[in-house]
Amino acid sequence: MALNRRVLIQATAATLLPALAGAQPLRPGAHQVLLARFANGRTPQAGRLRIRVPEIADNGASVPLTLSVDGPDRITRVLLVNDGNPNPEVMAIEFGPLAARAEVSTRIRAAQSMNVIGYAETASGQLFMGRADVRVTIGGCGT
Amino acid sequence: MAARIRLPAQIRRGEPFEVRTLVEHVMETGQRHDEQGRAIPRRILNKFEARFNGQAVITMDLAPAIAANPYLTFVMAVNEPGTLDFIWFDDDGSTITARERVTPT
Repeated sequence: MALNRRVLIQATAATLLPALAGAQPLRPGAHQVLLARFANGRTPQAGRLRIRVPEIADNGASVPLTLSVDGPDRITRVLLVNDGNPNPEVMAIEFGPLAARAEVSTRIRAAQSMNVIGYAETASGQLFMGRADVRVTIGGCGT
Repeated sequence: MAARIRLPAQIRRGEPFEVRTLVEHVMETGQRHDEQGRAIPRRILNKFEARFNGQAVITMDLAPAIAANPYLTFVMAVNEPGTLDFIWFDDDGSTITARERVTPT
């Protein structure tokens, strides 16, 4: 019994740990086209755009997501895409001058564990990139 | 189709505050099938706008990846009292609207 449990725990750890250690590799797909169109030839800098999701979401039908952009410059636009749903779009945001901070929360669908990738553009045309690893135990495709 | 808006109890002139919105909508993705195997057509709220005294605060283009009963929040600041208008655009051409009075102290 004890041996069986130890074996099971070790086997489970061996399966789970590599998955938890690093972000999921980005899948190729239509989201890349949307990002390239938004970037319009510019290369985004990593950082400043933060996309926060739960470490593991039980239900892919509704995964809380918050995005925020640090720094002094006014953010005018944000594009959010994903690499795991049938449609690559998540959300495209335009911030007017009255939007005091580039900070938005919502709940998204994730058909499977996937990456959410975001580009944020400043008023001066600089581009920042952020990314979140969305892990779901039950996909949200049929709901 | 009811929209719910939450604003802080007290809003100060020029200070950022969070606006929380929730609207009832199925956000049908267009990926599902009924019992007979027929595709259920897509029907989502594809756009959300908030305007303060007619000026755009934020515009969001929404996709089927937004969960049913869309919850959307944003942060804004105002220097004078006014009217905050919310509008959600449905794929079927209809809209859902809401309006709040903002009176900063």
